[in-house]
Amino acid sequence: MLAPNTQRQHRVDHLLIAEMVAQDSRVLDVGCGDGELLQLLADTKQVDGRGIEVSRERVNACVARGLSVIQGDADRDLDDYPDGAFDYAILSLTIQATRQPKPVLQHLLRIGRRAIVSFPNFGHWRVRGQLLVTGRMPVNEHLPDAWYVSPNAHLCTIKDFVDLCRVVDARVERAVAFNSWGQQLGTWIPLTVHNMLGEKAVFMLTRK
Amino acid sequence: MNTVDQRGFQVGSDARVLEANTPSSAYIDIPASQALRLDCDQLLGPYRIAYETYGELNAAKSNAILVTHALTGDQYAASKNPVTGKPGWWETLIGPGKPIDTDRFFVVCPNVLGGCMGSTGPASINPKTGKPWGLDFPVITIGDMVDAQVPLIDHLGIDQLFCVIGGSMGGMQVLEWAARHKERVFTAAPIATAAWHTSQNIAFHEVGRQAVMADPDWCQGRYFEAGREPRNGLAVARMAAHITYLSEEALQRKFGRNLQDLSAKSFSFNADFQVESYLRHQGSTFVDRFDANSYLYITRAIDYFDLAADHGDVLANAFKGTKTRFCVVSFTSDWLYPTRESREIVQALNAVAANVSFVEVESDKGHDAFLLDEPEFFATVTGFLNAAAAKRGLRPVQGSR
Repeated sequence: MLAPNTQRQHRVDHLLIAEMVAQDSRVLDVGCGDGELLQLLADTKQVDGRGIEVSRERVNACVARGLSVIQGDADRDLDDYPDGAFDYAILSLTIQATRQPKPVLQHLLRIGRRAIVSFPNFGHWRVRGQLLVTGRMPVNEHLPDAWYVSPNAHLCTIKDFVDLCRVVDARVERAVAFNSWGQQLGTWIPLTVHNMLGEKAVFMLTRK
Repeated sequence: MNTVDQRGFQVGSDARVLEANTPSSAYIDIPASQALRLDCDQLLGPYRIAYETYGELNAAKSNAILVTHALTGDQYAASKNPVTGKPGWWETLIGPGKPIDTDRFFVVCPNVLGGCMGSTGPASINPKTGKPWGLDFPVITIGDMVDAQVPLIDHLGIDQLFCVIGGSMGGMQVLEWAARHKERVFTAAPIATAAWHTSQNIAFHEVGRQAVMADPDWCQGRYFEAGREPRNGLAVARMAAHITYLSEEALQRKFGRNLQDLSAKSFSFNADFQVESYLRHQGSTFVDRFDANSYLYITRAIDYFDLAADHGDVLANAFKGTKTRFCVVSFTSDWLYPTRESREIVQALNAVAANVSFVEVESDKGHDAFLLDEPEFFATVTGFLNAAAAKRGLRPVQGSR
């Protein structure tokens, strides 16, 4: 278990991913940012972790803190990796910023024995409400940028993502949605309600 | 001030000739019984490898870092150069409390085979003739340089190097170490380098070699016996090469179109511009410390370097099965070994799922940036070595020295 003070510092989706990942496994974090998740996985699960990050400043910060990270791009650089090179290929709040989410997800499923994908849910009631009421693209804590500067190119809802999983022949091993207070929604709640109340979702997938 | 210039050509040159055969640094002589089978299929032996060390080897012999030098570098990475009297070429990086912390690591830096600072090369005496090797010296490769370093590492009792690190041609040696001696390299840091030498880079080297060979004082490589030296040719070679180590931006910032000690153009071919005077100075000081034939041999070795070609044209094959942790570094304004060439190395390493970090450091100082004060680069090396040291079970330095 993680110490309570560790839990407060970390993002809920990161903590969930840390719970999903097995001890001493090999992990590739695509879009690893400042390396927060990789560090958490190294500290709590002693993983052999690697990262890819598009921002040069963030890559350099990661390497300076001792993480194995390369400057690269999910759309371009996943080709290089051999099949099944990792136990987990993780795409944490990144899929919506890729140019080609489908091939990226296919690569994740090819490179990792399991793929873990988290994303902001565009079907959340507040997003729907903002669009309905203001008639403008929603801006909130998880979608902080105006549409014209946002790195997000392919926003989707939980239902949309489930469809993509079907298209790429992925089996959903586990799916968790978090509400606005960072609480996990009960698994007994139907998908339509997840799609309404979930602000972020985390999926663990395998190849069928 | 600059003692080399004041001592003049003859003295500086003598000091250099002396270093080629009786180095001030440590050295080992590898006997003929352990002759080296070169890539050209000739046997070389006996031969000598001159080297410097810094810091102390721990009891487990697990803290050794091999530093490999660039084209015109030498073993004096972090100590005063006996010919120039200048500080070591990587004192920015190596020393107590520095990224390669000599309070913690044992650093070994050999002069390459083919060099002119004490390791066997064309300026050394050929034991068979009693005269300098000159062009009788066999043409060597980067792989040969690396294989020639193996007996030194054996001699020091080191099974596995904690790290092999080097920039430019030093980076090529790092890649060859990682490819040829996988199990002996725990971490590898190829800096500002490439897995093969491009046509453009071969072209620059050829200009340099032709400048040397066109100098009548080169005497078909037998200048020592003739009591002459191809100073002009080698200086021109260095001037041309030096441009490739900088960047347009850095040159412009440093010199612009400024005139040297003049208020107006002289309407002559004197060194009117500061940049001309700078290059001439680079050329002439280089000649005082470097052997012309060594320059031919080492540039040739770099030209021949193509790690993929040696592995069925697939670079990834060079690293198959590697357990080495890699840290690849490039610099944004380096046009001699641009970032895309480092990225090729990274791609090959990813293809074998190797443990690799890759950092592109923003700098406008060109290829030479790897020798200069670049905080982002230092932070990368420090972070990489610290993390690897933790994996290796090396304890951090405690307290003061």
